Amino acid sequence: MTQTVMKIEDLHLSFPVSRTLLDVVQRKPGKSVNALNGVSLELKQGETLGVVGESGCGKSTLARCIVRLYPPTSGQIHFDDQDIFGAQARKDRTYNRRVQMMFQDPYSSLNPRMTTGDILAEALRVHEMRPEAEIAPRIAELLDLVRLPQDAAEKLPHEFSGGQRQRIAIARALAVEPEVLIADELVSALDVSVQAQVVNLLLELQERLHLTILFVAHDLRLVRHVSNRVAVIYLGRIVEIGDSETLFSAPSHPYSQALLSAAPSLDPDDKGAAIQLEGELPSPLNVPPGCPFHVRCRHVTDQCRKVIPELRALEGRGEVACHHAEEINQHA
Amino acid sequence: MTDHPILEVENLCTTFSRGDTALPAVRDVSFSLGKGQVQGLVGESGSGKSVTLRSILGLARHYGEVRGSVRWQGQELTTMTERQLRKIRGREIAMIFQEPMTSLNPLLTVGTQLTETLKAHTDLGRKARRDRAIEMLDHVGIPAAASRLGEYPHQFSGGMRQRVMIAIALAASPKLLLADEPTTALDVTIQAQILDLILKLADEMSMGVVLVTHDLGVVAQTCDTVAVMYAGRVVEQGYVRQVLRTPRHPYTEGLMRSVPQDVPPRTQLYSVPGTPPSLFSLPDGCAFAPRCQAASEACGSARPMLQDIAPGRQTACFHPLPATQDDAA
Ligand SMILES: Nc1ncnc2c1ncn2[C@@H]1O[C@H](COP(=O)(O)OP(=O)(O)OP(=O)(O)O)[C@@H](O)[C@H]1O
Ligand SMILES: Nc1ncnc2c1ncn2[C@@H]1O[C@H](COP(=O)(O)OP(=O)(O)O)[C@@H](O)[C@H]1O
Ligand code: SF4
Ligand code: SF4
Ligand SMILES: [Mg+2]
Ligand SMILES: [Mg+2]
Repeated sequence: MTQTVMKIEDLHLSFPVSRTLLDVVQRKPGKSVNALNGVSLELKQGETLGVVGESGCGKSTLARCIVRLYPPTSGQIHFDDQDIFGAQARKDRTYNRRVQMMFQDPYSSLNPRMTTGDILAEALRVHEMRPEAEIAPRIAELLDLVRLPQDAAEKLPHEFSGGQRQRIAIARALAVEPEVLIADELVSALDVSVQAQVVNLLLELQERLHLTILFVAHDLRLVRHVSNRVAVIYLGRIVEIGDSETLFSAPSHPYSQALLSAAPSLDPDDKGAAIQLEGELPSPLNVPPGCPFHVRCRHVTDQCRKVIPELRALEGRGEVACHHAEEINQHA
Repeated sequence: MTDHPILEVENLCTTFSRGDTALPAVRDVSFSLGKGQVQGLVGESGSGKSVTLRSILGLARHYGEVRGSVRWQGQELTTMTERQLRKIRGREIAMIFQEPMTSLNPLLTVGTQLTETLKAHTDLGRKARRDRAIEMLDHVGIPAAASRLGEYPHQFSGGMRQRVMIAIALAASPKLLLADEPTTALDVTIQAQILDLILKLADEMSMGVVLVTHDLGVVAQTCDTVAVMYAGRVVEQGYVRQVLRTPRHPYTEGLMRSVPQDVPPRTQLYSVPGTPPSLFSLPDGCAFAPRCQAASEACGSARPMLQDIAPGRQTACFHPLPATQDDAA
């Protein structure tokens, strides 16, 4: 049995929305954006868990909660059996080292005035990873690890291409010898051939360093390629989670089915049969009651409008949050 | 490639200078675009795609030297005054920029930014502008559009900000859309919706589109023609079907092979070896030669020109990959 390294339980997070003057005058209560509405999942030692879903569904918010950039409204995250938001864990800085985030935006996450060497040295010093004398050789080692030339240490971020900047971000994350990497759209801004290089590097490093990776991306082909398991998020909830190949070859939740059918094929003549989603687009400002997907689902019933479906195991598939998963998938 | 082009770009060259050195960001780019035609522009980061779009729109000349010709419905844009260009920008030619954060004003609400665009480029009245703004946000898939008009850009997620940018660009029904990675930050369902919207406008309003993307699936599903850029030059162009199915230039072939499709999961992907050249020190011959497996001695000394190799198909390579029957058809 593979070991669970992180356990997320019923995570909720809502951002208050600033009230307009009219709201204040009319004494309307403040609204809030419900970015996460009860996310539960486990990260297993050494796996890559892919996270997919529409923009605004809460992927980055989840990633930011995991690295404690956002405190959740309710719910818990356990790492090594310790509540990461508890007083004990708060005092202990090792969590910040052991779980590293690599950000969505390669341009703004590196300090433009620091050389690559300074950036890596800073990470090494903050967490006291090496005595002063060993910092320079360790930087050389890290550059080697992510296959950047040694003279990269003296250069500033803007002197690198997008792909090289992502390597610097990876080197910085790896400098502190983390166990878990949170990669939020790590390669999304890169072109296919550079993307392939970074993905190859990530796969190789994972193997070598036994890393556990949470891989957030909207490129479904890429997520399928790198992930062992995949979670599909809709309006701040996991609607399906399971083995990557199973989920991609036979998605079970109506939303996963629509999502996967929308991926553009490389064949110009394969126009695909994209499942058109009907109805009002969802808003985290106003999450529908019952199944959050019911306003766009073609299989909707009365039960869906009232009762929130819980994630449950479906035979031969992963876990699915849908009241009618069996009927919907019986012919598949 | 087109009988009555609305846009004709000829030998476009854009050079930036850094100190004493000249940086040739775009070299001899030529293509033409017909009404309602969608042309893709692909290539590695730094290959000159964005600079090409900015040069067409007359933005690049403020910080670089632009040569060559850009004719828009018969008028030469490169020699127009800034005042003349301003009448065309936003109204006839709209652009969606790559960086959604920097192109939205953080101090103005999304609604104000949309209605201001409509005020500048259309004759719509106040009420009609508001309705159109809601309609556009709805089109690009912003949920609860009416209630979010009063919000500021930072209250939207990255993908939603990008959709707002697209709504602003399309609001005034332009005749030409220059779209720089418009859907790169978006997930596939919204991407499909926005590409459908762009295609619908291309079709119904005869809007021409130049679409920069690095998603070859998007090119396959959206574009009629495609140009592949490498180190500032077009190395291959032609009909999408032909270019994607039977790439003739080794670089195009490398791009196609890098896509994770039909490869066992979690195995190493193919990637073009090496990195793109620095514009400061471009190789003498073919810029792709240091990374090209088909390179011969000739490739290192002479530069291959973009040449016709089949009807509507051009490539810049001394040793193009063989054509197949599919290509000839
Ligand atoms: N204002 C500028 N001054 C100097 N050099 C510039 C300027 N703008 C762009 N460049 C350079 O021109 C080249 C082409 O840039 P461009 O932004 O067009 O690439 P791109 O193909 O759009 O890449 P990406 O996919 O990363 O956006 C790059 O080497 C870039 O550094
Ligand atoms: N700081 C914030 N204040 C208010 N709303 C926010 C903030 N950050 C994110 N949101 C909202 O939370 C939702 C989820 O955002 P995000 O996690 O960034 O989505 P994703 O990464 O999946 O695109 C969106 O509706 C977004 O507008
Ligand atoms: S629970 Fe009902 S509405 Fe929700 S996905 Fe299943 S069938 Fe559709
Ligand atoms: S000209 Fe030579 S080096 Fe350049 S792409 Fe063709 S074969 Fe390769
Ligand atoms: Mg995000
Ligand atoms: Mg660009």
